[in-house]
Amino acid sequence: MSDVSLTVNGRRVSGNAEDRTLLVHFLREHLGLTGTHVGCDTSQCGACVVHVDGRAVKSCSMLAVQASGSTIVTIEGLADGAELHPVQAAFKEHHGLQCGFCTPGMIMTATDMIARHPQGLDEATVRAELDGNICRCTGYHNIVKAILAASETMAKGAKGRAKQAA
Amino acid sequence: MYSVNYHRAASVSDAAKLLKNGDAKLLSGGMTLIPAMKTRLAAPSDLVDVSRLKDLQGVKVSGKTVTIGAVTTHYDASTDEKLKKACPALAHMASLIGDPAVRYKGTIGGSIANNDPAADYPAALLALDATIVTNKREIAADKFFKGLFETALKEGEIITAVSFTAPAKAAYQKFRNPASRYAIVGVFVAKGKDGVRAAVTGAGEDGVFRSKEIEAALAKNFDVAALGGLKVSAKGLMSDIHASADYRANLIAVMAKRAVAAANA
Amino acid sequence: MGIEGVGARVARKEDKRFITGGGRYVDDMVVPGMKHAVFVRSPHAHAQIKKIDVKKAQAMPGVVGVLTGKEIKADGIGNLICGWMIHSKDGTPMKMGAWSPLAVDKVRYVGDAVVIVVADTKGQARDAAEAVEITYKELKAVVDATKAIQAGAPQIHAEADNNLIFDWELGDAKATDAAIKSAAHVTRMKIVNNRLVPNAMEPRAALGHYDKAEDHYTCWTTSQNPHVARLVMSAFYNVAPENKLRVIAPDVGGGFGSKIYIYPEEIVCLWASKKTGVPVKWVADRTESFLSDAHGRDHVSTVEMAFDKDNRITGLKVDTIANLGAYMSLFSSCVPTYLYATLLSGQYNIPAIHANVRTVYTNTAPVDAYRGAGRPEATYVLERMMETAARELGVSPAELRRRNFITSFPHQTPVIMAYDAGDYNASLDAAMKAADYAGFTRRRADAAKQGKLRGIGMSCYIEACGLAPSSAVGSLGAGVGLWESAEVRVNAVGTIEVLTGSHSHGQGHETTFAQLVTQRFGVPIDSVSIVHGDTDKVQMGMGTYGSRSGAVGMSAIVKALDKVEAKAKKIAAHLLEADEGDIVIENGEVKVAGTDKSLPWFQVALASYTAHNLPAGMEPGLKETAFYDPSNFTFPAGCYICEVEIDPETGTTEIVQFVAADDFGNIINPMIVEGQVHGGIAQGVGQALLEGTHYDASGQLLTASYMDYTMPRAGDLPSFKVSTSNTPCPGNPLGVKGCGEAGAIGSPPAVINAITDALGVVDIAMPASPATVWATIRAKK
Repeated sequence: MSDVSLTVNGRRVSGNAEDRTLLVHFLREHLGLTGTHVGCDTSQCGACVVHVDGRAVKSCSMLAVQASGSTIVTIEGLADGAELHPVQAAFKEHHGLQCGFCTPGMIMTATDMIARHPQGLDEATVRAELDGNICRCTGYHNIVKAILAASETMAKGAKGRAKQAA
Repeated sequence: MYSVNYHRAASVSDAAKLLKNGDAKLLSGGMTLIPAMKTRLAAPSDLVDVSRLKDLQGVKVSGKTVTIGAVTTHYDASTDEKLKKACPALAHMASLIGDPAVRYKGTIGGSIANNDPAADYPAALLALDATIVTNKREIAADKFFKGLFETALKEGEIITAVSFTAPAKAAYQKFRNPASRYAIVGVFVAKGKDGVRAAVTGAGEDGVFRSKEIEAALAKNFDVAALGGLKVSAKGLMSDIHASADYRANLIAVMAKRAVAAANA
Repeated sequence: MGIEGVGARVARKEDKRFITGGGRYVDDMVVPGMKHAVFVRSPHAHAQIKKIDVKKAQAMPGVVGVLTGKEIKADGIGNLICGWMIHSKDGTPMKMGAWSPLAVDKVRYVGDAVVIVVADTKGQARDAAEAVEITYKELKAVVDATKAIQAGAPQIHAEADNNLIFDWELGDAKATDAAIKSAAHVTRMKIVNNRLVPNAMEPRAALGHYDKAEDHYTCWTTSQNPHVARLVMSAFYNVAPENKLRVIAPDVGGGFGSKIYIYPEEIVCLWASKKTGVPVKWVADRTESFLSDAHGRDHVSTVEMAFDKDNRITGLKVDTIANLGAYMSLFSSCVPTYLYATLLSGQYNIPAIHANVRTVYTNTAPVDAYRGAGRPEATYVLERMMETAARELGVSPAELRRRNFITSFPHQTPVIMAYDAGDYNASLDAAMKAADYAGFTRRRADAAKQGKLRGIGMSCYIEACGLAPSSAVGSLGAGVGLWESAEVRVNAVGTIEVLTGSHSHGQGHETTFAQLVTQRFGVPIDSVSIVHGDTDKVQMGMGTYGSRSGAVGMSAIVKALDKVEAKAKKIAAHLLEADEGDIVIENGEVKVAGTDKSLPWFQVALASYTAHNLPAGMEPGLKETAFYDPSNFTFPAGCYICEVEIDPETGTTEIVQFVAADDFGNIINPMIVEGQVHGGIAQGVGQALLEGTHYDASGQLLTASYMDYTMPRAGDLPSFKVSTSNTPCPGNPLGVKGCGEAGAIGSPPAVINAITDALGVVDIAMPASPATVWATIRAKK
């Protein structure tokens, strides 16, 4: 057993868990953050993607104790209060989800992807970047559309903020 | 996963001490080890986490010598400006490993210590005639990779870095397993000061290997044309549900040609 | 239609919870005192169980129970059933082998459940599962259906000689043979439809809770049809009487058919909860899902198609062997029979058809309905035959199809189905235009200059949806009726709840169903809630599969809305002192036509509940229930065109464009319909290019994780060009036909027709992986 201390969605949390506890299970079972899902055993489906210290990683392939001391954002912490994150809003607007199971991981991957491509995204890049996220419902068509749209919205927002600052 | 004791090492020497616990294993990115533990295919008693050791992180380039810390992630390697300048082929190779989330966690040290027969780094290091630096010694890549999941590492030995002389030209071409995204065949070619080296991953029954045929052909003329008559034998190549040995032999030739074309581009 | 009514692209009401992490799936459920279960599964494909020793496991830390098949039998829990009776052509009933929820003396596939271990944590349960000692005597296994029916093959069930479950036929053998004999041309092929693993992203899960004080069970389960689960668990498995068993299917992460069936795990978890005195939760690992979810397809067919001198089809003869795996799953028998052979006429006038189907046990996971269920297999047979015939006859694939299209409706096929409406030329025209079919020759030449092989292929599919008229399916052997139910509850303040027997696991019912209500009463969509998935809340219903939620589920809602509307009008007429026939309801107001007299909607609702002033003799309240039993199947149809470019050096196929032109009848929400088509195409392309299920000869599943089973990823697919050209369904109150399965039905032959066109070969096995394509190119040289 080890102590696990994390900052999750802006809140400091700590708990005691078996060392073999995966981060995803710590989030789901100890913290009740069930938005992060487990869809495979081999780190491939991406339903469990969360941000650890600003990077989108698979929480099923990391021990909770390994993450101790880190700052974590899960799907539950992405929206700004009642206001959806632009990626969340785009998934809704463009019907980028059906059963919703892969969606949290898709959205967490998408926000990371957009952040790494401030110059913008094209369809081929989005498809390649989704290599670690599997969806069985949508055929990805509308997921790709949603991510491209969110990328544009966020770029406009950033420009707007830059203008304001200037 | 079976029960396990986790330790976070404070230094390399601390890690070496902690490794003496039971059947302890080093934990770096954990992208292979944790999934193997989840499915109970690996069962270390203890894990010694070295991923946060600052000394083992990052890329250094001094003249022509490139040194990559053992816990440098694939993402950091693929985006490192110094590496992209000194050896763009290796940065590109790192960008082809797994998927973005895996690249954020997986490390060069973890990849080569595991020496999966379909991993990408072993081919690169073999072709780059790299040196694997451990807490005890330096090992030439030619001596380091010893067959399937086997390396020259001794008990308690910890990889700290990998270094190599930047090649004049190099490139990696990978044909991915459509399911796992590992290499069905990956070919890394490098033209260095001591000649041309070409290494193949994903295909050999004994893991990564250097292709004498490709090297011999390119030694005379580092050009796609030199590989025109290349016939790769299927002997000693893996055959499984994804690819027959014949198919792998074909892919070795195709990937080698494409790698040379990319290296010369 | 209004911005929220029928036909509008309304963004989904349910999305909010899914995009914020608020979805509630079975694995998210926590009940006080809950423990975790792990199943010990057979590592052998075929073996006798000699001995099970659980002592060591019982003594492991955290273990609360280790239970076996003998105990479940002793408690009277029944064997699993197949709910559709098929008789062989000699009149004998299908040979159903016993399937115990926990194997007792024999295991028949790798993954067969043998023991359940319940412990404080899943880790402890797994530790203890490894300590269960089972002595097996291995038997020879058989995985290939064509080998399983040969003399001398290992016998899997005592009930089925040569592993033959039934030998069934449909159609006129004599007329078909005569057509082939007198044909100007006969096209012959052996056609293999590869086995698939459904792979809903949410693995199956069950949480069983026995409440001792109430003597009552609750089961949270990943089900597409919770009421059917309750019915079957009560009536056949003796878990509990229906009034003592509540089944809840909360948010369910995809189904595609695989979550229709009642599997051993939910039965065992409920039983184990009573046995151990604690709530028991089981969640499948992905590999467990690969091993134990019902698989799909797995047909081998020999086909002959006869043409006259004018290239008109005169007969079709199909001989199919269908692999049903180790046990007969719930609807396994109807998939290769009434959902398959009845569609063999496709979009074509075929005067004589004969299908013979043999279903076979093998030592593999059970096979049942998977998105499309029988119809993809029929479409694959027909559309591969049409393509090959066109090449043999030297006519264009489009021309051969047009020549044989059914153009007048209704049309009675020789294989039961009576098509009600359609315009197959319209779909073909739309698809060819969208694909710039005329420009293909130029594109092929351009690709050749780059050393690439281009090919184009089409597929004109038809399917029968809206399952199904109860009396019809009853006469064909179904154990249940296939109607649907709905209850519309108008609350006193005018908000509305619709309780539906349909179940949404991604289809967007909370939005489309609400659109019907908004359309009818003009109330805002936010004031309408859809309730589903809980047997305690919703009246008996049949669930969601076979593209039936629109055609059947929504029709039940329409019927209930009719009743509510009629009563509301009566109340309004009474209150407004007008004639009932003059009352209209629009924009949330109840008006007297041609006057300025009106009442807000909520006042009519309130009046119905205050009951202070109702028409004489009227019961208070505004709540109506309806059951809708369709009069016919519906017949969605369409044309898909796939264009591929192949790298001959590596065998890699890139889909450069994929066009779908569908006829779904009327459409409630085009955005959701398009999403269904996209997902279906991805699954069909997955079958054609990527997804291979491999058992080795000893029955080990070699593709039991995403390391070896290729799931379609974003980079494997293009964006799709989809459109609809719709002929309303005359027999359906909404004119809808259904859209859930079309993509998976129509796309595989389009892909394979394109690849064989590019390669200049007659056939290639699915999945046409790079290795297979490369080997095909090499074999041709």
